[in-house]
Amino acid sequence: MSKVSMVLNGKTVSADVEDRTLLVSFIRDVRGLTGTHVGCDTSQCGACVVHVDGKAVKSCSMLAVQADGAEVVTLEGIGTADSLHPVQAAFREHHGLQCGFCTPGMIMTAVDMINRYGAGNLDETTIRHELEGNICRCTGYHNIVKAIKAASDQMAGMAQAAE
Amino acid sequence: MAVEGIGARALRKEDKRFITGKGRYTDDMTMPGMGHAAFVRSPHAHAKVKGIDASAALEMPGVDAVLTGDQLVGDGIGNLICGWMIHSKDGSPMKMGGWRALEPEIVRHVGQAVAVVVADTQAQARDAADAVIVDYEELPAVIDPLAALESGAPQIHPEAEGNLIYDWEIGDEAATNAAFEKAAHVTRMEIHNNRLVPNAMEPRAALAGYDAAEEHYTLYTTSQNPHVARLVLSAFYNVAPENKLRVIAPDVGGGFGSKIYIYPEEMVCLWASKRVGRPVKWVSDRTEAFLTDAHGRDHRSEAELALDADNKILGLRVKTIANLGAYMSLFSSSVPTYLYATLLSGQYDIPAIHANVKTVYTNTTPVDAYRGAGRPEATYLLERIMETAAREVGLSPAEFRRKNFIRTFPHQTPVIMCYDAGDYDATLDAALKAADYDGFAARKAEAASRGKLRGIGLSCYIEACGIAPSAAVGSLGAGVGLWESAEVRVNPVGSIEVLTGSHSHGQGHETTFAQLISERFGLDTSAVSIVHGDTDKVQFGMGTYGSRSGAVGMSAIVKALDKVEAKAKKIAAHLMEASEGDIQIEGGELKVAGTDKKLTFTEVALAAYTAHNLPEGMEPGLKEGAFYDPTNFTFPAGTYVCEVEVDPDTGKTEVVNFVAADDFGNIINPMIVEGQVHGGITQGIGQALLENASYDENGQLLTASYMDYCMPRADDVPSYSLSTHVTACPGNPLGMKGCGEAGAIGSPPAVINAITDAIGDNSLSMPASPEKVWALYHAGVKQAAE
Repeated sequence: MSKVSMVLNGKTVSADVEDRTLLVSFIRDVRGLTGTHVGCDTSQCGACVVHVDGKAVKSCSMLAVQADGAEVVTLEGIGTADSLHPVQAAFREHHGLQCGFCTPGMIMTAVDMINRYGAGNLDETTIRHELEGNICRCTGYHNIVKAIKAASDQMAGMAQAAE
Repeated sequence: MAVEGIGARALRKEDKRFITGKGRYTDDMTMPGMGHAAFVRSPHAHAKVKGIDASAALEMPGVDAVLTGDQLVGDGIGNLICGWMIHSKDGSPMKMGGWRALEPEIVRHVGQAVAVVVADTQAQARDAADAVIVDYEELPAVIDPLAALESGAPQIHPEAEGNLIYDWEIGDEAATNAAFEKAAHVTRMEIHNNRLVPNAMEPRAALAGYDAAEEHYTLYTTSQNPHVARLVLSAFYNVAPENKLRVIAPDVGGGFGSKIYIYPEEMVCLWASKRVGRPVKWVSDRTEAFLTDAHGRDHRSEAELALDADNKILGLRVKTIANLGAYMSLFSSSVPTYLYATLLSGQYDIPAIHANVKTVYTNTTPVDAYRGAGRPEATYLLERIMETAAREVGLSPAEFRRKNFIRTFPHQTPVIMCYDAGDYDATLDAALKAADYDGFAARKAEAASRGKLRGIGLSCYIEACGIAPSAAVGSLGAGVGLWESAEVRVNPVGSIEVLTGSHSHGQGHETTFAQLISERFGLDTSAVSIVHGDTDKVQFGMGTYGSRSGAVGMSAIVKALDKVEAKAKKIAAHLMEASEGDIQIEGGELKVAGTDKKLTFTEVALAAYTAHNLPEGMEPGLKEGAFYDPTNFTFPAGTYVCEVEVDPDTGKTEVVNFVAADDFGNIINPMIVEGQVHGGITQGIGQALLENASYDENGQLLTASYMDYCMPRADDVPSYSLSTHVTACPGNPLGMKGCGEAGAIGSPPAVINAITDAIGDNSLSMPASPEKVWALYHAGVKQAAE
């Protein structure tokens, strides 16, 4: 057993876990944050994407102990029903989800994508390429791509307005 | 929120919980004291189970029990069943082999469960499952369906001699043979429909609890049809009587058919929860899903199309061998028969059709309905041979199809179906226009200048949805009726709960069903809640599959709404001292026509519940239920056009344009319909280019993870161009046909027809891997040079 401490969605949490505990198990089973999903166990599908120290990570492919001392953000940490993150809002506005199972990973990947490229700097080809690590079986990606592009452009507008 | 009625692009009510991480899927559920299950699975495709030694596993930390098939059978748990009886052409019933949820004697596919471990944690359960020692005696296995039918092939079930499940036929063989005798041209093709794995992103899961004091079970499960699950678990598997079993399918992360069936694992979790005395949760990992979720398709067919001298179709002759895997899954028998061969007439006036279908056991995962279920196989066969025939006789594929379209309705095909309405010219025209079909030659030349091979392919599909008229399917062998039920509960303050037997696992029923009520009563959609997926709340229902939730599920709601409206009008007329016939419902109010007298919907609802002043003899309350049994199938149809570029150096295909023109009848929410088509097309492109369940000769599934089975990713597909044309369905009150499967049905032949156009070889099979495309193209180039 190892003691793991991290800042999870802004709150410092710690627990004693088996060494082999995956980060996704820590998030879901230890902390009860079930918004992060497990779709494949082999780091292909991306339903488990969270942010660790500001970078998108597949939490099924990282041990909880590796996140010791890190700042971890899950889907629950980026916005709420009353105060949606622009990417969350865009997924709803553009029907970028159906069953909702891949959605947490899609949104967390999209936020990371916009962070890395800069808001307003994403085109369809780039978005499609960047989504290679996230599988959706429902939407055919069409509306996910639209949602991410719209969110990216909207966030650019917001940034400009703030200046 | 607002009044968002039929036709509004209403944003989804359910989305907020999904985009904020508050969805409630089965794996998110817990019960106090719950343990975790892990299954011990066969590594062999065919083997005798000679012994199971659980002693080491039982010593491991956290382990409660290791349960085996002998105990399951000893407790009287029944075999898994196939619920649709098919008779062979000689009149004999299909040959159903015994299927136990935990197999005590002979395993018949890799991944079949022989034991289950229950432990405190999932990791402990999985560790202990690895420590269970099973003594197997390997038996010869047969994987290929054609090989399984050969004499001397390994025998899989004692009930099915020669591994033949049934030898079935449809249509008039003599008339079809006569049509071929007078044909001016016959096109012949061998057409395979590759085996697929459905791959809903949420793996199957179950959480079962047993209350000993009440002798009552609760099951959370990933089901498209929780009531059917309860029925089968009760009536056939003897788990518990229906009143002692509550089945809840909460948020379900996609189904595509694979979550219709009642699998061994859910049943074992229920049984184990009582045996072990604690709730039991099981969550499939992805490889378990590949090995045990019912697969789809897997047909080998020979098709012949007879044309007269004017290129009108005279007849179609089809022989199909369908691989059903190691066991007959719940609806497996109906897929390659009544969901397949009845659609072989397509959009065409074909005077004579004969199809012979043999289904066969092999040592592979069971095969059942997957998005489209039989209809993709029919469409692929027909649209491949239509395109090929057009090329052979030198007609434009579009004009050849147009020449043979059905134009008068109702149209009785030679294979049972009676098409009620459609306008196939309209969707063909729309698709050709959107695809700029006439401008293709210039695009092909431009692509050639870049060294690329450009091709264009068509597919004019039809499907039968709205499944289905109960008496009709009963006469064809179905074990259940396929109606739907609904209950509309108006609360005393005028908000409404609609209980439906349909189940949403991504389709957006919480929104579209609310739009129907919003339209009817002029109420804000936020005043309407949709309740589904719980056998304790909804009395009964048949669930969601076969694109039936609109045409059948919403029709049941309409019937219940009719009754609610009639009663509300009676109450309003009584309160306003008016004639019932003069009451109009508009904008959330009940008005007396031609006067300024009115009551709000809320006032009428409250009056129904206070019951202080109701018409003489009227019962209090405002709640009505209805069952709706469809009068016919519905027939969505359309045309898809795919344009591809093939790189002759690598054989890689890029889909550069994809156009869909669909007729789904009336549409409740275009946004949701478009989403269904996007997803369906992508699954179809996946089948055509990328996906294939591959077994080696020993029955090992080589594609049992996302590292080996190629799911379509975002950069494998383009954005799509969609349009709809409406011919209302005359068979149901809303005029709906259904849209859930069309994309997956119509797209594979369009893609393959485009590639065969590009490379000049009609023999290409799915999936069109770069290697296969490259080899065919270069073989053709070489042959032309010789």
